[in-house]
Amino acid sequence: MPILELQNISYQVEEEDNDKEILKDINLTLEPNKFVVITGPNGGGKSTLAKIIAGIVAPVSGRILFDGEDITNRSITERAQLGIGFAFQQPVKFKGIKVIDLLRIAVGKHISVAAACEYLSKVGLCAKDYINREVNASLSGGELKRIEIATVIARKTKLSVFDEPEAGIDLWSFQNLIKVFENLRSSVEDSCILVISHQERILNIADEIVVIADGRITGQGGKEEILPTLIGTQAMVNVCNKMEV
Amino acid sequence: MDEIQKRLLMEIADLHGVPEGAYNIRANGQMAARNTTANIDIISKEDGSGIDIRIRPNTKKESVHIPVVLSDSGLKETVYNDFYIGENSDVVIVAGCGIDNCGTQDSEHDGIHRFYVGKNAKVKYVEKHYGSGEGEGKRILNPGTEVYMESDSYMEMEMVQIKGVDSTVRNTIAQLADGARLVVSERLMTHGKQNAESIYRVYMNGENSSADVVSRSVARDESYQKFDSGLIGNAPCSGHTECDSIIMDKGRILAVPQLEANHIDAALIHEAAIGKIAGEQIIKLMTLGLTREQAEEHIINGFLK
Repeated sequence: MPILELQNISYQVEEEDNDKEILKDINLTLEPNKFVVITGPNGGGKSTLAKIIAGIVAPVSGRILFDGEDITNRSITERAQLGIGFAFQQPVKFKGIKVIDLLRIAVGKHISVAAACEYLSKVGLCAKDYINREVNASLSGGELKRIEIATVIARKTKLSVFDEPEAGIDLWSFQNLIKVFENLRSSVEDSCILVISHQERILNIADEIVVIADGRITGQGGKEEILPTLIGTQAMVNVCNKMEV
Repeated sequence: MDEIQKRLLMEIADLHGVPEGAYNIRANGQMAARNTTANIDIISKEDGSGIDIRIRPNTKKESVHIPVVLSDSGLKETVYNDFYIGENSDVVIVAGCGIDNCGTQDSEHDGIHRFYVGKNAKVKYVEKHYGSGEGEGKRILNPGTEVYMESDSYMEMEMVQIKGVDSTVRNTIAQLADGARLVVSERLMTHGKQNAESIYRVYMNGENSSADVVSRSVARDESYQKFDSGLIGNAPCSGHTECDSIIMDKGRILAVPQLEANHIDAALIHEAAIGKIAGEQIIKLMTLGLTREQAEEHIINGFLK
């Protein structure tokens, strides 16, 4: 059984006199044990689709099935509890909530400092330096991003969605990020990872690539099939250039 | 002491029994227990209006607890406590008031604390307020604090009122001599129809004196808060005051930070921010499996920690 099925998902926003369609009749099925990357030009609707899966944005029409169950009307909390993890593109900052607090919330029980350190070391942070830091602007963008990823790893969900995990990961190597995804996939049985990315190295490890442009799926298939069509397009170029600097 | 009083003591002073070191426990208008040490003396004022706490010079690493608990409905009292903190001492003072009012009459405790902080002395002062009880009678606390700091003294004040006090007007005045430093951290949460006002006037009179007055507060339901923090720089000095608040439901907050510079080398800063909980914070915690209500509690607990 597929882990996730999106059936005829559409989303639009009102803009002055006319409605702007962000997503148009999206149909997508995610199978277990797959690493799927959604790519495509900026503004094409990728992040909106990720938020629709997490329940943060409600589609105007269409159905979402998770593990065969219709979750279209389920709240963010219910979806999280059913087994959907979501890593924000822009990590949220707090006042007074520490890294260890966030990890404890993610795991759903009181975990030891040692256990929390385990998750931080997976994202390349020296745990003792971070565990008692507040999740606020005193942390750099890259540090916040890695903590964000750690909170999703800690949940061990069946479906983990990462919205541009590479953005802002400055001093940390991609090999480690890729290792994180591989570990995650092997640690939860029949799980599926969905990543939104422009990064060639992430596209390269995908089992399946989905291209979304202008609100529609314009390509879908294995990397051998899809990657050649992306070279030199906006789907891959922008961020690659930035990351190489 | 009865169970209610013991529970109040635990809330305001984290005390499970009698504390270590010097203490004076006041329950329902009477002294319930007292202990003095070689360095810290506690003496009742002759007119019965309160106590004098005298800490000898050079007293290090000692503490004084002076909690007050009220469990009788309709009790109203004004108490004057004077602290004389000797030169070069380094002490912790824990005060606080817990009121349990199950009756229909208002209960009120107005504690006036005066601190005379000697040269080069270091004081940490912790004050917690707590109210409980299902009665219609109000629980009222009006603390007045006066701080006189001699040269190079340091005082840190932690004021906490999280639950159950219906009405508070807090007045704090401080006078700082050369090199004195005052650090105030106030944490306040109001609910229901509660009303809380907090007024600070910090006079930096001495050269290189400094003050940092910071309040974090949450106003829920239909409660109202006023934070009026004034720093007055009368000498070369530095001062900072900040109010950071969350409003929820129909809560209201008025923040009035004010600065008065009467010397060309007085450097003063104020900051104030009021707003509801950021929606993205709630959403992030919901994606980790919390309900909206649980997420709000976590955010507020962190904010007031």
